[in-house]
Amino acid sequence: MTRIFKIALRNLLRYKRRTLLTSLLITLGIVLVILFSGLAGSFKTMMIGQITDSNLSQMQIHKKGYVSSIDTMPLNLTLDTKRYKKIEQLLSSHSEISAWAPRIKLNAMLSNFTDTTNIRLNAISPEKEVLVCPDVGSRMTFAKNRDPGVLLNPGEVIIPEKLAKGMKLKIGDPIVLVANNKDGSVNGLNFTIAGIIESILGPQGKEGYMHIKDAQELLRMDKPEIIEVAIRLHDFDKLDNVYAAVSSKLAGVINKKGMPEFEIHTWDKLSPFSNIAKMIDFMTITMKIIMIAIVLISILNVMMMSVYERVREIGTMSAIGTSPGRIMSLFLAEGLLLGLISTIVGNVIGLSGIFLLNIYKISFAFGRQDNLLLAPSVNITELLWVSCIVLFISVFASLQPAYKASRMEPVDALGHV
Amino acid sequence: MPLVQIENVSKIYQTGEVEVKALSDINLSIEKSAFVSFVGPSGSGKTTMLNMIGCLDMPTWGKILVDGKQVDSFNRQKRAAFRGDVIGFIFQSFNLFPVLTAYENIEYPLVMIKNEPQEKRKEMILTVLDSVGMLNQKDKFPDQLSGGQKQRIAVARALITQPKLVMADEPTANLDKTSSINVIRLMREMKDKLGTTFIFSTHDPRIMEEAEITHTLVDGKLS
Repeated sequence: MTRIFKIALRNLLRYKRRTLLTSLLITLGIVLVILFSGLAGSFKTMMIGQITDSNLSQMQIHKKGYVSSIDTMPLNLTLDTKRYKKIEQLLSSHSEISAWAPRIKLNAMLSNFTDTTNIRLNAISPEKEVLVCPDVGSRMTFAKNRDPGVLLNPGEVIIPEKLAKGMKLKIGDPIVLVANNKDGSVNGLNFTIAGIIESILGPQGKEGYMHIKDAQELLRMDKPEIIEVAIRLHDFDKLDNVYAAVSSKLAGVINKKGMPEFEIHTWDKLSPFSNIAKMIDFMTITMKIIMIAIVLISILNVMMMSVYERVREIGTMSAIGTSPGRIMSLFLAEGLLLGLISTIVGNVIGLSGIFLLNIYKISFAFGRQDNLLLAPSVNITELLWVSCIVLFISVFASLQPAYKASRMEPVDALGHV
Repeated sequence: MPLVQIENVSKIYQTGEVEVKALSDINLSIEKSAFVSFVGPSGSGKTTMLNMIGCLDMPTWGKILVDGKQVDSFNRQKRAAFRGDVIGFIFQSFNLFPVLTAYENIEYPLVMIKNEPQEKRKEMILTVLDSVGMLNQKDKFPDQLSGGQKQRIAVARALITQPKLVMADEPTANLDKTSSINVIRLMREMKDKLGTTFIFSTHDPRIMEEAEITHTLVDGKLS
């Protein structure tokens, strides 16, 4: 076998320019796939991380029908204490779940005593919220003398940056929030602006924050009620498995009408960014298909040329007794070696590119966010897959020319001019 | 029992709608350790005859026995294996592998066909290189050798598997006078030393003189 590869390598080196050009083409394809996967993957991971860690959370449980409701923030689909306890009991039994937090989502009118505007509010339990969305505070700006460990106190609100600019509000200013409860009655309370929050992608990215107890008071809830339970896992990669497990358990909780009481959604069903993420995945697959086509066509072309140019040589091999299988393996080894060399060079250049991109980080703007820094990374499993695909395609592309070589009649091949 | 026995062999090539009879009703026996030449004008059927005996081509009719085996009934795989075991080849254009050195060209049949262990291979190759007077050229690639030297390496490659029969189609056609005589004498010497049967074709009267037995072909028939 070593001798076969030695002969194959020498035959590749025999046509140096052709081998170099083909190898460069395949290498370029691999480098592009590695860089694109690294950059696109990094962008996707960063955006998903930002969405789930600073605002949305990884999974959410609601009362059945909440997400598909025609109202943007329906207040009639609440979870009372008894139901929340049931959910807590279910979540605490799952070792992969690291934290959960109750929330109330509401629309309100915000007045600075001169002007009034609408605001979407996320009413949270601050101590639990930071466990579910650990980066929530990173988007917020507070007064310089504020205790950094305190996210939100009762009587305080954090308003979106754009709204603060539009309403000429700053930290420490008093405001009034007015909201309708689920019965339609109106209530208003005074608050102080404790912080300003930066916007991020998606409708949830423009929400303000208030304390959950204040929301319950503003909405005149006689007994504590919540709208959603946000959930965080120890390992994000296990999201689908945990979702399936929790979902099946929740399906077993039915109401008096025999219908499921709750619904659970993963982040991608709640954020429009999931479509962009899918598009990124689609583009990555497209890049891989283009690379496969490059490898297939390049190697097929080179190997067909190689067979055509060496007909007499193949005839000699066959005449002196080389079996058709050996002749075939010689040409397959050539294709495999060409793919292997290109894969190694492509991986080295691609990884070096990723390394350099991590040193000289790429800054870019996305939506309304500026100066996002990309730190591309390489998934080793993905790298192995790409390498294996290239090697497999290299052998596959060599099959037809190798087979043709092995089927040549020596008497015809020796007479070839 | 003769090494090669040909009974009523004919070969017809179909070129479009035209039938060309390359060999016509040939009957022939060649004994072991013979040094046989086929002579005749171009198109007389010399190459076709050698291809039949060398199991490179199959007759349209007739029976060919080589080393007691009826080779015209073999399939491709079996013919390849038989050639590797029993027959060596020397070609007019030398047909050495350009990416292999002289040593590696001779080694090729031992590795790719015979699977001989490395130590045994080395000993066999050095012996045969010495026999053909090419020991000091063993590390050269074919393009670094003269025509006569290339053909000596080709002779060594043909003999390395110790075949019973060596087929040589116009082995001196691409060589100058001196090299031609040297190569044919080398073949003769090897035949005497190893007892190998050599069958070759030629146009050259001086080369014909070296043969023990000469068969003349005219229009596909032995005359």
